[in-house]
Amino acid sequence: MPISKAMPNLPDDLRLLEAEAIAILRETAASFTKPVLLYSIGKDSGVLLHLARKAFHPSPVPFPLLHVDTGWKFREMIAFRDATVRRLGLTLIVHRNEEGHARGIDPIRSGSALHTRVMKTEALRQALDLHGFDAAIGGARRDEEKSRAKERVFSIRNAAHAWDPRDQRPELWRLWNPRIQPGESVRVFPLSNWTEMDVWRYVAAQSIPVVPLYFAAERPVVHRSGALIMVDDGRLPLNPGETPEMRRVRFRTLGCYPLSGAIDSDAATVEDIIVEMRASRTSERQGRLIDGDEPASMERKKREGYF
Amino acid sequence: METGTGRGLLRFLTCGSVDDGKSTLIGRLLHDAGLIPDDQLEQARRDSRGRAEEDGGIDFSLLVDGLEAEREQSITIDVAYRYFATDRRSFIVADAPGHEQYTRNMATAASGASLAVLLVDARKGLLTQTRRHAIVASLMGIRHVVLAINKMDLVEDGEAVFAAIRQAFTVFSAPLGFRSVTAIPLSARRGDNVVHRSAAMPWHHGPTLLEHLETATAGDDPTEDGPLRFLVEWVNRPNLDFRGLSGTVLSGSLETGGAVTVWPSGRSARIDRIVTFDGDVAQARTGDAVTVTLDTAVDAGRGDLLSGPDDAPEVADQFAAHLLWMAEEPLIPGRSYLLRAGTRWVPATVTALRHAVKVETLEHGAATVLGLNAVGLCNLSTAAPLAFDPYEASRHTGSFILVDRLSNRTVGAGMIRHPLRRAANLHRQELAVSTAERAALKRQRPAVLWFTGLSGSGKSTIANRVERRLHTLGHHTMMLDGDNVRLGLNRDLGFTDADRVENIRRVGEVAKLMAEAGLIVLCAFIAPFRAEREAVRALLPDGAFLEVFVDTPLEECVRRDPKGLYAKARAGTLRNFTGVDSPYEAPDAPELRLDTTAEDADALAERVVELLHRKGIAEA
Ligand SMILES: Nc1nc2c(ncn2[C@@H]2O[C@H](COP(=O)(O)OP(=O)(O)OP(=O)(O)O)[C@@H](O)[C@H]2O)c(=O)[nH]1
Ligand SMILES: [Mg+2]
Repeated sequence: MPISKAMPNLPDDLRLLEAEAIAILRETAASFTKPVLLYSIGKDSGVLLHLARKAFHPSPVPFPLLHVDTGWKFREMIAFRDATVRRLGLTLIVHRNEEGHARGIDPIRSGSALHTRVMKTEALRQALDLHGFDAAIGGARRDEEKSRAKERVFSIRNAAHAWDPRDQRPELWRLWNPRIQPGESVRVFPLSNWTEMDVWRYVAAQSIPVVPLYFAAERPVVHRSGALIMVDDGRLPLNPGETPEMRRVRFRTLGCYPLSGAIDSDAATVEDIIVEMRASRTSERQGRLIDGDEPASMERKKREGYF
Repeated sequence: METGTGRGLLRFLTCGSVDDGKSTLIGRLLHDAGLIPDDQLEQARRDSRGRAEEDGGIDFSLLVDGLEAEREQSITIDVAYRYFATDRRSFIVADAPGHEQYTRNMATAASGASLAVLLVDARKGLLTQTRRHAIVASLMGIRHVVLAINKMDLVEDGEAVFAAIRQAFTVFSAPLGFRSVTAIPLSARRGDNVVHRSAAMPWHHGPTLLEHLETATAGDDPTEDGPLRFLVEWVNRPNLDFRGLSGTVLSGSLETGGAVTVWPSGRSARIDRIVTFDGDVAQARTGDAVTVTLDTAVDAGRGDLLSGPDDAPEVADQFAAHLLWMAEEPLIPGRSYLLRAGTRWVPATVTALRHAVKVETLEHGAATVLGLNAVGLCNLSTAAPLAFDPYEASRHTGSFILVDRLSNRTVGAGMIRHPLRRAANLHRQELAVSTAERAALKRQRPAVLWFTGLSGSGKSTIANRVERRLHTLGHHTMMLDGDNVRLGLNRDLGFTDADRVENIRRVGEVAKLMAEAGLIVLCAFIAPFRAEREAVRALLPDGAFLEVFVDTPLEECVRRDPKGLYAKARAGTLRNFTGVDSPYEAPDAPELRLDTTAEDADALAERVVELLHRKGIAEA
């Protein structure tokens, strides 16, 4: 086996962020009976999955992946998900809230708030309860949103999966306290201290594959409440006189396609994205229609059991 | 917007008394450095409506106070972490709450920071909470302080005010061991001396806050030249041919072929391979997460620490530490908690509270308990030896937390000072005759039968009948009774919560010795706290502790009142009486529950004997 002198060269700050995330993943594997990695297919999930493979090597990733599917993800996301799982030989559980689906909940007619609650929050709770997962690892970062900035790395949820932001366990040094009572569960955030820029720099440094939707291409879009919405399939009802227009766009975050706003961009590579971000004056979540409802909406969703 | 360019990271926190302007300052700093995205600024402007007319429409604290409750009350409750970078440096800032009630959150923020920006309201000067935060920062190992004297826009003769506060802090902080204190006059609200130099304070010739942060030397990050400390986080066993130790190099470096010692066991080995996802490497540096294999099959696992052969950590099961208490329920010496240090969990008790530190004045005072946000110097004893370094030498290997065994809450944060040598000189003597042999001779399995229940519930009556029955059946028994023990061994103890805890701790140890002698020990004690009963259970081998809940309702005990104690307690002539003005925590899952209102004492005693037969403790 070829032996190199030292670890491959990562800039020091990324090397420390990587090591911290790996320690958190090992802590989770060592402390819980049934952890699961929430795989949402985006860049953060991609980094998380890469870190999990590194953390346990040469052992395989010791927990399955869970994708909570609303049925409205971009087609390219689903294709990427399935290809990734096949390529890496991972176990994937896909969960959809069948009851919500039967009720006809969708992001357009039901509105983003109801759709998110039923098809994401409730669906996640269902999946965790169904499989008895006691720890759910996610790729959320503190820099995404100001209530997330207050979140612990090991975040305790009660039996109803609710977060109580006023009563969080102090989390000092690296001495996490993952101990829980029966019925409680934990959300684990190994990327807590990463920024969006860190994620892209790491994707570049480690050549981590990401969904092509992050790169600029000509795509059919319509203008909706100030955002550019991609017409990904025939289910998006067009308003009278509305015709999709081909534009060179890309996405900063990915979710349900009717709720994800694209940005005009020429960034076709990860390096281009990094250059574009350096000049950007807007935040990552700006294109997400689901957060914009009201100032405290993320915190409310988390208290209800959202990730 | 860029972060992390590899030019050195500074982790700092803002702290100080409530309303001194910490959150406003962070918001202002980010804003003036051009680091707030337009959409977030727009959001803050909308949220600020009606609260910040004179500040160009933005209440900057809203950029960091992210919880609904915080925005409603205009205070910070929990720490907010923000990440930003300028052309010169990248930063992680933790915005701590100033309110006294949330001191533990401030300590959390300080535990990860190497520099503190301590705010002072220029109009108010140093307040109790300013001093408390300075002391907590110092305890948590922070050596560099920016004394940010804020709200300069509200004082006349700023130069004199600034000089006076700076002088007062110099005097106060002399014993705190800060290596640098940089005072900066500023106005977070107006943005004076935050990023831009202020024309309003021409007398200030020092740096602006951002200039100082960009250049401050506060590098206490783990150093390559420190001693090797590799913390084992996970045992890596993909198949029978590979046994790796996955962990992080906390300080120093690892090399293949290098000799290491595994702690706390003290066994030696050599590094065979350093395995990573990207292939084997010959060396791992401070901060690297790797997997190592050893050349010999020494026993090592999660919780262990690897060092070089010549720079061993301290190994002890008793040590002195500063403890910051973080729970509403006070710390009680003698109570058993779970201690986490590194990746090791071990039961621990505080054996002595040497003194409490007055966090306002640094004075030492006597104390029997530590309340919420109090700091004390304690002696601790752990159920197994621990490998550690003094906190001063390493935050990673010198820190620990205490966790409540029942609620699982994190209740204490500890910083180790030094080992107590007593432990090193006391060696457990291997005994020639084992417990099993002693018990075999008596044709029984030793056990501790613990009768718990309210005063007057019938514990002693039933326990005595059980003992008589066992004796008749030819078993070797001993009875420990609450009142009798308090007349002798424990006559120095009263009935405060702390004394009750110590009472049961001693009784537990005595019962354990007797069980080791091969006896069936019957204990009749109120033992009102679950934690202490569980601690006694933990002292004994699995299955040897049998909790018998003598379940008599309080009204019934009061009606019986065999010793006339309830009458006294109700009349107020007897204090701290269980069930009246002192709590009783009923068992959650006792091995046996006896309902004294349903059956008489003989029938109940028979049930206990049946339990012993079922468990194979006494032969039927
Ligand atoms: N005049 C003036 N007011 C200020 C200045 N800095 C902050 N304030 C005001 O002081 C009040 C408290 O500010 P915060 O930033 O919330 O204070 P804090 O220190 O973060 O408070 P806690 O986190 O709750 O301890 C607000 O009304 C601010 O607008 C300043 O430099 N000058
Ligand atoms: Mg604040």
